[in-house]
Amino acid sequence: MSQHSHSHDDSVEMARHHHIHADLPPDPALRVKALESLLTDKGLVDPATIDAWVETYESRIGPRNGAKVVAKAWVDPDYKQRLLSDATTAIAELDLLGSQGQHMVALENTPGIHNLVVCTLCSCYPLPLLGLPPTWYKSAPYRSRAVLDPRGVLREFGLDLPEHVKIRVWDSTAEVRYLVLPERPAGTEHLNEAQLATLVTRNAMIGVAKVTA
Amino acid sequence: MNGIHDLGGMHGHGPIAPEKDEPAFHAPWEARMLGIRRGATFPPEVNIDRWRHLRELIPPHLYLSRSYYDHWYMSYVAALLQSGWMTAEEIKSGHAAPGGARRNDAMRPEEVWEAQKTRGIFTRAVATLPMFAIGQRVRARNIHPTGHTRLPRYVRGKIGVVRLHHGGHVFPDANAHGQGEAPQHLYTIAFPMRELWGSDASPHDEACADLWESYLEPA
Repeated sequence: MSQHSHSHDDSVEMARHHHIHADLPPDPALRVKALESLLTDKGLVDPATIDAWVETYESRIGPRNGAKVVAKAWVDPDYKQRLLSDATTAIAELDLLGSQGQHMVALENTPGIHNLVVCTLCSCYPLPLLGLPPTWYKSAPYRSRAVLDPRGVLREFGLDLPEHVKIRVWDSTAEVRYLVLPERPAGTEHLNEAQLATLVTRNAMIGVAKVTA
Repeated sequence: MNGIHDLGGMHGHGPIAPEKDEPAFHAPWEARMLGIRRGATFPPEVNIDRWRHLRELIPPHLYLSRSYYDHWYMSYVAALLQSGWMTAEEIKSGHAAPGGARRNDAMRPEEVWEAQKTRGIFTRAVATLPMFAIGQRVRARNIHPTGHTRLPRYVRGKIGVVRLHHGGHVFPDANAHGQGEAPQHLYTIAFPMRELWGSDASPHDEACADLWESYLEPA
């Protein structure tokens, strides 16, 4: 029990520092500007490094990375097998691992199984493959109900699955990140890998949509 | 801790309302806060688990009413205050107190991509053999730690089946509180929806959670 009481004291001390927010301006733009200025003054951040991170997430990392993995799995049965048995290694082949996506599991949607990914405790998300999570993914309505009523949640995204389809919800409670491998849509036999990748959406790789041709 | 962040299973938070063609950022300050989180120097005790715990400790009314990147602001400020790297006066004024030391070891722009590619590996060797096998029935323990934990309330006391074994991973409950990485075997446990939510739930569906060995007992 000593571990728990230690944690408790530490948490009380940590929580105490949140009281400062009563004395700060409500507008986050003002607060963040002041913080960046202060951090820069103290040598704790280089504003050009902030720019570089924003640029990274705006243009180098996004759902097209995940779409490459999906399209390759659709056209290459051996790759698909490797992806489903060891996604981390298979994604490393394409050099698409990274922070918040170093330990990967791929979940195959089939006519009988539909996978849906959530993080009920915070906002864990496979960033290197899907980019920054959308606001709804990080917000209370999705986080609260995805594990309780996934069929109702999917209907809010316009996806009404028949009762016989088994739904598996994956709550990202650790550092494992999940990528849904959607079903390849019918009528795409003539498309090549690059063309297929353009069909694959972020929402389909979270599991709140299907891919359509 | 049994906090407001542990949302799984709650009603009453409203419709999901996905935004059509959502931009990466809704205001420039959100982008700045993202860059600060990734690129600023943090007190050494603030690992990913302590960071998550700082966010959990945001008072519930602010947790629910403030936006995501404002959570990051609040969490980082709390970390800076606790470490003694900043005073409340400095945070309020946005100006460093005179005479303070200035560091010169902040991340440089050319280091960003390398950091993105190499950070965040949490697998660790564990000396003990895994206690549970794939396919085995287990119960999530009915425990209520007051500090950081990644055992959501909605699975506590519930029986599921081991679906995946991920090897050893850093244990957040210890790592968040300066008690070291204390790695344990990590498993994905599949819980039938009827076990979690009763007979009104679908008989076909299940919810899986990634749970460390000490969260589990044989069932």
